[in-house]
Amino acid sequence: MIVVKDIHKSFGSVRAARGISFDAPDGKITGLLGPNGAGKSTTLRVLYTVLKPDSGTASIDGIDVVADSLGARQRVGALPHGAGLYPHLSARENIAYYARLCGLDRPSVDAKVDSIINLLEIDDFADRQTKGFSQGQRTKVALARALVHDPQNIILDEPTNGLDVMATRSLRRLILKLRDAGRCVLFSSHVMQEVAALCDDIVIIAAGRVALRGSAAEICERTGCDDLEDAFVHAIHMVEDV
Amino acid sequence: MRTLLAVFRKEVLDNFRDRRTLVSALVMGPIFGPVLFAFVINLSIERSLSDADNELEIAVIGAEGAPNVIRYLESENIVIGDSPADRAAAIAAVDSGAADVVVVIPETFAAQLAEGIPARIEVISDRANAQAQRDARRARDALRAYGQQIAAIRLVARGVSPLVMQAINVDDVDVSTPSGRSAILLGMMSYFFIFALLMGGMYLAIDTTAGERERGSLEPLLALPVTRNQLMLGKIAATCLFMWVSLMLSLWSFYVALKFLPLEQLGMTPNFSPTVVLAAFLLLAPFALLGASIMTLVASFTKSYKEAQTWLSVVLIAPTLPILIVSILTLRPTLGFMFVPSLSQHLLLVDMIKNEPVNLLHVAISVTSTLFFGVLLAGICARLYRREGLLG
Repeated sequence: MIVVKDIHKSFGSVRAARGISFDAPDGKITGLLGPNGAGKSTTLRVLYTVLKPDSGTASIDGIDVVADSLGARQRVGALPHGAGLYPHLSARENIAYYARLCGLDRPSVDAKVDSIINLLEIDDFADRQTKGFSQGQRTKVALARALVHDPQNIILDEPTNGLDVMATRSLRRLILKLRDAGRCVLFSSHVMQEVAALCDDIVIIAAGRVALRGSAAEICERTGCDDLEDAFVHAIHMVEDV
Repeated sequence: MRTLLAVFRKEVLDNFRDRRTLVSALVMGPIFGPVLFAFVINLSIERSLSDADNELEIAVIGAEGAPNVIRYLESENIVIGDSPADRAAAIAAVDSGAADVVVVIPETFAAQLAEGIPARIEVISDRANAQAQRDARRARDALRAYGQQIAAIRLVARGVSPLVMQAINVDDVDVSTPSGRSAILLGMMSYFFIFALLMGGMYLAIDTTAGERERGSLEPLLALPVTRNQLMLGKIAATCLFMWVSLMLSLWSFYVALKFLPLEQLGMTPNFSPTVVLAAFLLLAPFALLGASIMTLVASFTKSYKEAQTWLSVVLIAPTLPILIVSILTLRPTLGFMFVPSLSQHLLLVDMIKNEPVNLLHVAISVTSTLFFGVLLAGICARLYRREGLLG
């Protein structure tokens, strides 16, 4: 369960987030949808605690991300945008490194890494050094790494960027699997179809504010548009006119 | 602690597989020093040997007018080579570099010598040419000695002891020991060790900051439920390990190189036994923490791997500055110098190589102050790792 209340964040004169609020419940997929530079990544970065908000609060399962950032990180698995791997380590070693960092002891590291390799279907290349991996392979390993400590909340920043159709499909299946296991999945995207196909709840963000939120059907209804794309454009104009 | 260990093990494994890191840590640092050193030593041995023992060929104009002078020169292992036509041609030849030294014996020489007035001989050379100056000095010394011989014979012929000409007998007493003489040249060894130490950790320091950021692996790492202090300390610990390995290799490769260098011919017997190798390692080891922290600190301010490399090559030179200043001013080790990292290690190492008693208080201050600065900078690194700006 992720709750965001009135987050503001500026970088110099750039106001990336100007009062973003929403919540992402357990057992649901929440999608942050917005054009480039809308403040999606900034919001997610606040949630996995690499940025501190200028004002406003956010909590993960009731733990404040500023007051107890370590506790909040324990309950979050994060896949930042363009997450990189260690090229000289194999996929398995990359995942095992994160497992050890999260405090698992040696026997449970091996078991955990094996099970996550199975879950993400990456056995084929698990024991190769990761230099030369394709974007899809890299994303899967990075995701496996982020899930290794069984986080209740999963934050994915543009996870399908640079993936082909097959890789996108298998990533979608995984996200649905996680939701069905009762996890809270929050992911960002600027691709409409993807959000429409996957999300139970959509939060449209533009110019650092929440423009609209609800299910795909609700958003269409409220903007009076037939399809989500028109609704999206409409919502963005609403914010930018303010 | 478990986290710190996990970071440490991963960084060691990761960098051990990286050829660039491995080459710089285990080959560049340890080999560069001894090779350069052997080259310099060999050069100076060659030069010092070429002095008195080798035959020197000198052009002489007017040799036929002074056969005794020529005979004397030949007894001093100086042979007469082809000579230019006249004095003007000789000056032109020396000026153009065709000849190093030309001795001109004027036609008036024999007459002046017979009359007992100081007989004139010219030695033409180029003062700006160091090699030629050594030859010219040999020629001058030989001519002067011949002159003194003639003078002594004249005095004896008049019934006067030649000793009246020698009112004072100046005698040089050199107190330097063979180990002590080594120190001048071997003083530069300490810098090679510090260089090897820093080289060993350079790529790790870059990799843990600028490298992780450029690869995009920093942000997911920081999103893990781990404190940044543990990440930073694990990384610095791995950097120190590589630095120590590099230092150890460097010390032993010097140990081997010194065995093959004919240093006795230079009147040097450096005290560089296995015991000194180990003592030097322990003396320099605390510098690893300081070096690792400085390099990490500098690299964490840079935007990319390349930029970090550029700045860190400046850091490689920094430790020479205090050593250079003290060497130029030829200052003796004092208590105050022991507070300065790199300088204190240099001075103590020179004492060890000179086989002089090492002041234990100095060692204690050197180790403590170097560790103090190291811990301080490691703390600053950990603080910097908590900055948002780190993500770039």
